[in-house]
Amino acid sequence: MKKLSARRRHPLAALVVLLFALAATGGLYAALAPAGEAQADASETSIAVEEGKKLYLVGCATCHGSEGQGTSDGPSLVGVGAAAVDFQVATGRMPLQQPGPQAPEKPVVYTEDQIAQLAAYVASLGPGPAIPAEEEYDPQAGDPAVGGELFRLNCSQCHNFTGQGGALTDGKYAPDLTDVDPRFVYEAMLTGPQAMPAFPDTVLSPENKRDIIAWLDAVNTEKAPNPGGFQLGGYGPVSEGLFAWTFGIGALIAAAVWIGAHTAKAKKS
Amino acid sequence: MSTATDERTTARRGKAPAGERLADWADGRLGVYGAAKYGMRKVFPDHWSFLLGEIALFSFIIVLLTGVYLTLFFVPSMAQVEYHGSYVPMQGQLMSEAYASTLDISFDVRGGLLVRQIHHWGALIFVVAIFIHMMRVFFTGAFRKPREINWLFGFTLFILALFTGLTGYSLPDDLLSGTGIRFMEGAILATPVVGTWIQMLLFGGEFPGHDIIPRFFVIHVLLLPGLLLALVVAHLILIVFHKHTHYAGPGKTNTNVVGMPFFPVYMAKAGGFTFIVFGVITLIAGTVTINPVWTIGPYRPETVSTNAQPDWYLGFSEGLVRMMPGWEIVLFGDYTLNLGLLIPLGVFPAMLVVLMLYPFFESWVTKDTREHHIAQRPRNVPTRTAFGMAWLSAYFVALVAGGNDVWAINFNLSINAITWFCRIGFFVLPVLVFFLTRRICLGLQRRDRDKVLHGRETGIIKRLPHGEFIEVHEPLPPAERYKLTAHEQPRPLSLPPAVDENGVERKVGPLEKLRARLSRGYYGEQAQIPKATAEEYREITSGHGHH
Ligand code: HEC
Ligand code: HEC
Ligand code: HEM
Repeated sequence: MKKLSARRRHPLAALVVLLFALAATGGLYAALAPAGEAQADASETSIAVEEGKKLYLVGCATCHGSEGQGTSDGPSLVGVGAAAVDFQVATGRMPLQQPGPQAPEKPVVYTEDQIAQLAAYVASLGPGPAIPAEEEYDPQAGDPAVGGELFRLNCSQCHNFTGQGGALTDGKYAPDLTDVDPRFVYEAMLTGPQAMPAFPDTVLSPENKRDIIAWLDAVNTEKAPNPGGFQLGGYGPVSEGLFAWTFGIGALIAAAVWIGAHTAKAKKS
Repeated sequence: MSTATDERTTARRGKAPAGERLADWADGRLGVYGAAKYGMRKVFPDHWSFLLGEIALFSFIIVLLTGVYLTLFFVPSMAQVEYHGSYVPMQGQLMSEAYASTLDISFDVRGGLLVRQIHHWGALIFVVAIFIHMMRVFFTGAFRKPREINWLFGFTLFILALFTGLTGYSLPDDLLSGTGIRFMEGAILATPVVGTWIQMLLFGGEFPGHDIIPRFFVIHVLLLPGLLLALVVAHLILIVFHKHTHYAGPGKTNTNVVGMPFFPVYMAKAGGFTFIVFGVITLIAGTVTINPVWTIGPYRPETVSTNAQPDWYLGFSEGLVRMMPGWEIVLFGDYTLNLGLLIPLGVFPAMLVVLMLYPFFESWVTKDTREHHIAQRPRNVPTRTAFGMAWLSAYFVALVAGGNDVWAINFNLSINAITWFCRIGFFVLPVLVFFLTRRICLGLQRRDRDKVLHGRETGIIKRLPHGEFIEVHEPLPPAERYKLTAHEQPRPLSLPPAVDENGVERKVGPLEKLRARLSRGYYGEQAQIPKATAEEYREITSGHGHH
């Protein structure tokens, strides 16, 4: 025992442990894996998991740990589920570039297939919410009126009444939801990214989630009708006041200056 | 410069035309001729800044007219109904009749949405115009004797407009309306001792109850517009009575008014301007959304939204609350004083009252009891101008604080940083602005002096025979010189000698001493640059020529 503990700090110790661990995993896998072609699906999944793991070790492990256990630079991913990975990576939030108040959206760095593999790998670390199927987030299937009410009840305190976004404390913010892909809206509710609370199915049923998506689709997309004209960002009275103080009174003062300058020359009669 | 000539041919024989007979008949009973003659011969000076009040007046008229139209369709009731109008994303929702009727006005009444938007844009622009008009009056000293009462009338109009806006904003019972009413309720409840009583009285029970919207409706469409209208009329009558101020110029003195006669020139201009104001507001209302209640949603006490602000004119009160730390004091172990609301609640009227009473303060300091009909140039009264700018800076800091979340999200700033900036700025900025403005005013006075004495820089460089380069200055035309030197430069009050001629010590009250000090602040050496005198001008121009 003494010998072993003395060697524990040997430079190669980690490597030896890793080799043992891999051998053990491999052995276990060989022993326990369901036999052959019986489960083509499962093996496809496991290929995805394998590929995902490779991608993960390259792109994510520095922050989230080699096993997804988390480090001081990133939280544990055990149990966050495929939906969280899909949301974070497909909106470009992950991989994070630099620490800040909040992970911003960036151009996406992985292909769809790679994202699916990453998701499969993280899902294999522990059970968590899966990526929703397309009919679950179809805006056409929801009721926008119910969704609007739920949105004002659950979301507008952070995202504003139509989801134009709002500021949170210390530079954090709830982003603008204009034209966000319904899939991401669903996943955001499911997984609660960063400062946003999660709304699991026990809190907001899948139908309710779809209603919210239908509401956002009705009022907050490029194609949503604007019966009143330009929206001024949809921020409410602040942008309206700013407009009145600039364009509104500006145009009227310009007219006043014009009238003041064009005076009829007085004639002595 | 022209006097309205009115030759009434009374000497004509025989039967006068029917029109004239009708006019005579009316005149005999109403005395309209005298009144009209008096009014028509009024003159109104030409300057764009004198049209700001007109913008306010005309937008008020638009708001009145559109308000009448809205009243035909609006249902001031908080009874719950299920919505089945034509806006699909609200189908089947429970909402108050007030909100449902606002949706109906927007989607099912002909022209309703346009009229709603004209009404609301008109209201915003109305208050902007009042505000700027008030600033014009302030910075040109047009509030001085004999116009102090009219300043108070105008100021009351401003306050009434704020409350008319507040009650109107609350009517549609959308999420923002309700949040605003809730906020107001909180402020009332924070008032010590009487708060809960007032709340019960106003709401007729617990929040939200069923009374607040019907009550606000009466206040909004009847009480306040009536008062506004009456005061507007009084305001205008006083203007006619006092006559308008004008800027100094050759022939434009403290004892006359130079401008266009009210009829026909001014009438035509004002008529044209009315249509321009109508046109601009309608254009904005036709193209830019305001208060899209259909997406904001009906109010429920359990819902809330970020970006919930009042309309801009109450933004500064919102800002005062947002800046204020949420302090509380618990008295006698069980009575909570909510300073977080109470202090802003005191600062809000205090800021307004300070501005309202300023004219009286100034006349006290300057002991000036003469009549003034010449509008001053702000630079020539640096201390007042600096005070006004300092007040404005505090006002705008509070206004910015009121929108802290909107600035934060749009400029990627931290909301906490903005709030701290405003907290510090609210105290520091007015002081900085005060001194900076005075400096700038003095600089401008100095430049005026130079311009009078040395003329305008032409940008033409001349080389003299011995090699020196000089810029050619062109003397100002006499009218310009007159304008730049027409202002008075009073001497500061001085206290009488501490000892009178008999060697007895004179008693000077502390108030009197304060007044003398303030007076030095207004008219002392550091507050005005001696304007160019005729002698100086002659000396310079006759001597070695100008360059
Ligand atoms: C530079 C460090 C860094 C890298 C690289 C990084 N992340 Fe993250 N990740 C974070 C941090 C920090 C958070 C937590 C963000 C927060 O909550 O504010 C996070 C959060 C997440 C979450 C959400 C966890 C939850 O609780 O919902 C997922 C999923 C995620 N990361 C996946 C990934 C994937 C997949 C990659 C690789 C493609 C990756 N991350 C790369 C730092 C990183
Ligand atoms: C406590 C405040 C809060 C609440 C409540 C909240 N969110 Fe969020 N939401 C956030 C924050 C913060 C983010 C940004 C997370 C990030 O960048 O990873 C976010 C992100 C999102 C996104 C992703 C937007 C994008 O651009 O990809 C969606 C979609 C979303 N929220 C929808 C909702 C819905 C729907 C609700 C109501 C059921 C809701 N949110 C409630 C704070 C909130
Ligand atoms: C004089 C200044 C006035 C101001 C500043 C003002 C301001 C406002 C505001 C901000 C609203 C909210 C409007 C909305 O978004 O729908 C409103 C609504 C309303 N106003 Fe006024 N208003 C004024 C005068 C009047 C007058 C004179 C009347 C009627 C005689 C009137 C009738 C109404 C009605 C009925 C509504 C509710 C209708 C609706 O919300 O669509 N207003 N007002």
